[in-house]
Amino acid sequence: MIVRIIIGFLAVFAAPFIGGILSGLDRMIGARMQRRQGPPLLQPFYDFYKLTKKRANIMNGLQIFLVIGHLMFVALSIWIVYTGEDLLLAVFSLTLAEMLFCLVAFSASAPYSNMSAQRELLQMACAEPMLLLMAIGFYMANGSFKVMDILHASEPAILKTPGMFAGFLVILVIELRKSPFDVSTSHHAHQEMVKGITTDIAGSVMAYVEVAEWCELFLMATFTGMFFICSNPFSFLAAAAAAGLVLFLMTLVDNTFPRVRWERMLWMSWGATFIFAGVNLLVLTLTR
Amino acid sequence: MKMNKSPWVLHYDGSSCNGCDIEVLASLTPRYDLERFGIINTGDPKHADVFLITGGINFQNRMVVQQLYSQMPDPKVVVAVGICACDGGIFKDCYNILGGVDKVIPVDVYVPGCAARPESIIDGVVKALDLLEKKKERMKQGLPPEEKGWAIANIKDGKALAAQEARIAAQLAAEDAAKAAKYKALEEEWKNEQ
Amino acid sequence: MEIISFLIFFPFVAAAVLFFLGNDEKVYSVRKFVVKGSGFLIMAAVIYLAFEELSGREHIGYLMESRIANLAVMAGEIFLMLLVTFYSFRYRKYYAALLSWLGTIPVLWLDLSGNSVEDQLFFKVDNLTVIMCLVVGIVGSLICIYAVGYIKDYHHHHKNYPQRSNWFLAMLFVFLGAMFGLLFSDNLGWLYFFWEITSVCSFLLIGYNKEKQAIDNSFRALWMNLLGGCGFTVAILICNLQLGIANLSQLQQLNKEAPAVMIIVAFLAFAALTKSAQMPFCGWLLGAMVAPTPTSALLHSATMVKAGVYLLIRIAPLMNGTLTGVMVTLIGGFTFFTASLMAIATSDGKRVLAHSTISNLGLIVACAGVGLPESVWAATMLILFHAVSKSLMFMCVGAVENVTGSRNVEDMHGLIVKLPRLAIVMIIGICGMYLAPFGMLVAKWAALKAYIDSGAVWLVLFLVFGTASTSFYWGKWLGKIFAVIHKSPELHDTTHYGEWQALYPLATLVIAMCFGFPFVSKYLIQPVLNQMYHTMVPAVIGGSDIAIMVLMLLLIASLPIAGVLTARKTHGITEQNTRSYMSGINAGDDRHFLNSYGDVQSVYMSNWYMIDYIGELKIMKLCLVLSSAMLVIMMIIIVGGAVA
Repeated sequence: MIVRIIIGFLAVFAAPFIGGILSGLDRMIGARMQRRQGPPLLQPFYDFYKLTKKRANIMNGLQIFLVIGHLMFVALSIWIVYTGEDLLLAVFSLTLAEMLFCLVAFSASAPYSNMSAQRELLQMACAEPMLLLMAIGFYMANGSFKVMDILHASEPAILKTPGMFAGFLVILVIELRKSPFDVSTSHHAHQEMVKGITTDIAGSVMAYVEVAEWCELFLMATFTGMFFICSNPFSFLAAAAAAGLVLFLMTLVDNTFPRVRWERMLWMSWGATFIFAGVNLLVLTLTR
Repeated sequence: MKMNKSPWVLHYDGSSCNGCDIEVLASLTPRYDLERFGIINTGDPKHADVFLITGGINFQNRMVVQQLYSQMPDPKVVVAVGICACDGGIFKDCYNILGGVDKVIPVDVYVPGCAARPESIIDGVVKALDLLEKKKERMKQGLPPEEKGWAIANIKDGKALAAQEARIAAQLAAEDAAKAAKYKALEEEWKNEQ
Repeated sequence: MEIISFLIFFPFVAAAVLFFLGNDEKVYSVRKFVVKGSGFLIMAAVIYLAFEELSGREHIGYLMESRIANLAVMAGEIFLMLLVTFYSFRYRKYYAALLSWLGTIPVLWLDLSGNSVEDQLFFKVDNLTVIMCLVVGIVGSLICIYAVGYIKDYHHHHKNYPQRSNWFLAMLFVFLGAMFGLLFSDNLGWLYFFWEITSVCSFLLIGYNKEKQAIDNSFRALWMNLLGGCGFTVAILICNLQLGIANLSQLQQLNKEAPAVMIIVAFLAFAALTKSAQMPFCGWLLGAMVAPTPTSALLHSATMVKAGVYLLIRIAPLMNGTLTGVMVTLIGGFTFFTASLMAIATSDGKRVLAHSTISNLGLIVACAGVGLPESVWAATMLILFHAVSKSLMFMCVGAVENVTGSRNVEDMHGLIVKLPRLAIVMIIGICGMYLAPFGMLVAKWAALKAYIDSGAVWLVLFLVFGTASTSFYWGKWLGKIFAVIHKSPELHDTTHYGEWQALYPLATLVIAMCFGFPFVSKYLIQPVLNQMYHTMVPAVIGGSDIAIMVLMLLLIASLPIAGVLTARKTHGITEQNTRSYMSGINAGDDRHFLNSYGDVQSVYMSNWYMIDYIGELKIMKLCLVLSSAMLVIMMIIIVGGAVA
């Protein structure tokens, strides 16, 4: 138990670094896809350093502690996953984190923040069913919500839950704020609404948001990898490779598709969830 | 580590003819690729470090420029791109033009040219980055980021501007007063009821 | 036994006292005293009952003198029927009278003709009763206490309505008494009697202000509930005539596959669906929002709607794996999803709450329909958490309405600045409704597990999509409250002391139950499952999960501290160093901008309602048609299949 808790804390501390590097890779590869040289690999860390050195101009006293809360609960999700605890709880914790992030924007009581916060809520509504179904998929495959039991499974979950994985890929675009579904905010300069949900977050407060973002990226990579993990030690390699491949796919998608309107995002994500994950769930239930 | 490895740019078009703006955007293209230096063109002053202005300042956008500048968290630098932004350029004597950007906010780097070439814009931004570092150092020592005190000077027709500001203030005050009166009335009503 | 009769009769006595006190200004303090006194007495009695029951004392009420009691109940039924007939003729809504006759006369005939089965077991107390009594007693009494101050303000704001507040408060207490009766009754005939009292009571309470709309809505509530009562009557008839049983507990022991039992369960479920405002019948609950807030709080959170799900939980083991179970889960799941969609497209605070109630009840109904131990656990948990959080929300909205004159969610923009105390209570309520470590989510989680285990794929899908839309509308509301408006004056908080006396305990309860839910589960709910399924049921949510949830709660609690610490470390943070970004034309106070003439114009930030897609006008009809079709077809299949 102690070992697991320590692993959890290690993961929480490693998450920002790994997430930051993944994010740097994403920017680099994205630039190469546009035939640019792009920023150096460590660019996200340079950004982070700069942001910490800026003055924290806040809108109100609530903002800072909501941002901290956001970061804390993303970290808690990671901790829950890496201590091998309940996957569903990790999803709930992530939802709570997202909710706090929306409240940061709502608390600014500013037009752009407000609009983006509503859109962020919609994005959450789009992604949440699939995240829950993903957890359910693992439950159906292994008979438990515990991440620990995924490690002890004799075969990777993907064999039983390919539909869940397909649905998960669709909402991964939303979670990572990639292009077709980045209605609330994205990492790119081109924006619909100034800077979306982070519009009124300034200076060093923004640094926390960046870290939370990396942690989320790391968490999503973990979720992707979990589909491929089983008791076989080599499956970890497969999981890492799959996570890398999926993230590459996300970068490709990001640079290929234009942003869609919110209706299409809603119908596409819910449709994908319903068809892929729903059919998968049906098959799993019938064959159980 | 240095702060100047990731300057985020806020690009604002004063009253430019769009010549300089096209060049600014051109410097973001794969050919020049500003992102090599970590430069991102953001739309939000609250995230920006470098304020890039093209075109001169007129009566309409004077307050806008000042507000955007005030919303950028310290340390920050201002780059005036193109001759119009430097001192008004060809529009200098127009009835509505105040002059260059330095009439309303402190400017750190002037990039001349009509239009300024992408190379010179990049050059100007990179020059500004050193200033950014200096300002950070000053802040670290507890000094204000700007070296010299700075004041609005040389504004044509100061009366008109003062009148505009006064009008806005009066409108806001009137509305606040109306609201306060409403609340007061409600409260009175409540007290009477009790 | 004494405690049972006290709980049933005392509210009626209190009601009579309140009614005869009149509503003169002078008796206000006496009235306040009476309401508070009886409220606390009821609470104390309920808690005493709970302790007695939990310490293992059996409460089974055998009435020796059943003849007299039966006569009293019959007289009561006739009185109710005449009352409904009177009102329906007065307002020319004859269908209500017809339904009342249809429901009551067969039961009367049964009693008078001597066809009814004589059994002396009339009352029974087990753990489920205790839980429901705790909900009704504590939450209901707090609502009554809140109502005293509220109704005073209500008449201040609505001078055109006739002043009948003594009658109103009396009705609330009658309602409580009827609810206790309903919970204690084991005899189906008596259950039906109390069931009808609650229907008629709600009808009278909804029509309180005698506006045309209120009258219309109250009749809608009446006919829907009476229709459910008719279903109940059919169940009673079959029970008595064919099976020869008179009690609910006897019904529970029968074989669920037997045709007669299937029909009885189907009709009882039908009655329960109307009472708990499930999809084809959700109209009455939405209409009930015209009534003063305590009515809505009492009807929608603590009592009336809970009567329906209470009955469903009672018959849950009989529904497991049967067609009735399928019907109930289908209707419940469908309601959960569609009602939460419609809540997104609603801006009236109370109506959002109504939709959310319908939707949550759908979840409870679906849990009961599944009929597994885990799902019954979830349903009971949901009832507890929902009653507490939702009544808190209703009372908050009522209090806000009395202060600001509006109950629209849009007008709650910046509530945290304008009315900080109410806003914080409201935030607790909303968090209790849907956010992670708080109660409702725990129950939802258990429900999810139960649905998966029962193999109901459609239910899982309804649940996950419904959860998503639920978090959307609560998130919007929470965001509105959280908006910090600069230079906004704090409003004069006119909430009565008495109202706070209800709000604070409930808010505390919401938080306490988050911490205490393992104990609630162990000492209150686990015994229910043991009694119902006669097997030890393993803990639904295990040890390490509870530890993590406590950790989450602690993290939330530590948030403000972390905020302060970081604020200290980060240099230069003041209350507001910057104005909000409005493309550089912020007029300077974050609430206005300069338009293209250079003039000041105010900013209005609306929430997102998607009325064109999921507005009530757009999808309500479709949902009603679909759910009615579902209900009718399933009923025909069940009854036809059982008869054939």
